[in-house]
Amino acid sequence: MNSSEGKLKSSSSELDLDRPNIEDYLPSGSSIQEPHGKLRLRDLLDISPALTEAAGAIVDDSFTRCFKSNPPELWNWNVYLFPLWCCGVVFRALVLTIGWIIFLSCFIPVHFLLKGNDNLRKKMERALVELICSFFVASWTGVVKYHGPRPSMRPKQVFVANHTSMIDFIILEQMTAFAVIMQKHPGWVGLLQSTILESVGCIWFNRSEAKDREIVTRKLREHSQGADNNPLLIFPEGTCVNNQYSVMFKKGAFELGCTVCPIAIKYNKIFVDAFWNSRKQSFTMHLLQLMTSWAVVCDVWYLEPQNLRPGETPIEFAERIRDIISVRAGLKKVPWDGYLKYSRPSPKHRERKQQSFAESVLRGLELEEK
Amino acid sequence: MGNTSSMLTQYDIEEVQQHCNNAFSQQEIVSLYERFCQLDRNGGGFVSGEEFLSVPEFAVNPLSQRLLTMLDGLNFKEFVAFLSAFSPRATVQQKIEFIFKVYDSDGNGKVTFNDMLDVLHDLTGQFISEHQREQVLTKVLEEAGYTKESLLVMSDFVKAYHA
Repeated sequence: MNSSEGKLKSSSSELDLDRPNIEDYLPSGSSIQEPHGKLRLRDLLDISPALTEAAGAIVDDSFTRCFKSNPPELWNWNVYLFPLWCCGVVFRALVLTIGWIIFLSCFIPVHFLLKGNDNLRKKMERALVELICSFFVASWTGVVKYHGPRPSMRPKQVFVANHTSMIDFIILEQMTAFAVIMQKHPGWVGLLQSTILESVGCIWFNRSEAKDREIVTRKLREHSQGADNNPLLIFPEGTCVNNQYSVMFKKGAFELGCTVCPIAIKYNKIFVDAFWNSRKQSFTMHLLQLMTSWAVVCDVWYLEPQNLRPGETPIEFAERIRDIISVRAGLKKVPWDGYLKYSRPSPKHRERKQQSFAESVLRGLELEEK
Repeated sequence: MGNTSSMLTQYDIEEVQQHCNNAFSQQEIVSLYERFCQLDRNGGGFVSGEEFLSVPEFAVNPLSQRLLTMLDGLNFKEFVAFLSAFSPRATVQQKIEFIFKVYDSDGNGKVTFNDMLDVLHDLTGQFISEHQREQVLTKVLEEAGYTKESLLVMSDFVKAYHA
């Protein structure tokens, strides 16, 4: 069992608090020991590599790490900071309320009265959406630093960004009115989506519908070709990840025949962990958590637009962009599909391992028969 | 400790350590507990098959179903005992014992030809025919001095390993 000894050593260090880089440890190729030369009983009985891998996955796996949120640290409960904090919360709630009042009192008239004059209406609605997003950001005492040239409104371009929470969208939207593609949510969020976000040209999808993909791809393509549609923002990870890792990008955004402009978003966890763990809290609770923390600090980088290189497949293109974003935002890349949160991995991963072991067993059999 | 409270007392840790024959240090047991609670999403005190399968790295393992029958319904103490064969302090004997347990699905201390065939089936899937599997296994068994009808016990496994 000498081949598995090395692996077992790493599993003890995984149990240490200061975890080493588990990415070096990800299963690659065959986990099943491939017998060489003549087959012996030991070769067939020794299932230790597969077992070690299974145990490794039970003890710590890279997929679950992507969605691990840190518990909030309550360091603001002392006599000096507490009153200040209370004032802060009240002030923020006030700011948000004022923001909504201003927004609704402008948006509703504009939306209905300017029905005929589409161009002007769109311009004003865009400005108003940017305004309400700024109010949202202010209500969390958001300190956002934008780096790089601001997105311009040109046809045939899409923007992609890594995804940590729905607030990513608000943070980006306060600078530029993007049209975004989102999962339709229930409750008040859904209401906002169908009324206000419609006006900036958002596209909806439903994760659970299979046929939905084709319809959505078509809508994406149409939107990106239009000259006076708002620039399209896509989160290719498809789900919220905890801002330390990035999961695989879905290729939908990369096969539209457009220039792809990467945007990297990195949150500074110093005051709050902005990761929205949708399994643990609703969006409302998440917003409340943000509003009752000291600040939301983040950096946004608008990176250099990229085009599909000759001979590059959309999947390779997606990986290249994921590289660019992950390097800029300091994220570790993980080879899992974000949707595995909701579904099982396809059997082909297992089959690949089975196939290589089967082939070596057969080879051993042939050698015997010679 | 049967219900998942997020705190382990010193007593609990020592109890678990004893149960697994000191295969893990106390710090390791604390980390394993964190992990156990992370996997046990509904807080039932044990990790169900579904919850294990939600770890994609585990689900793609060819032996996952077999391991699930051994893992299903284990509470934390038993979970740690299960993993003790993978501790760096585990002896080769303990590791071979674990492998034997995986093969011996009915737990009667004897591994039959069919048991071995089943595991080989898990590892090779549809890429070898049943007939070829039997052929390979019979041949290898005969070379090691056994027959199709032999019932292997622990000592046979140990002998095969050190061959």
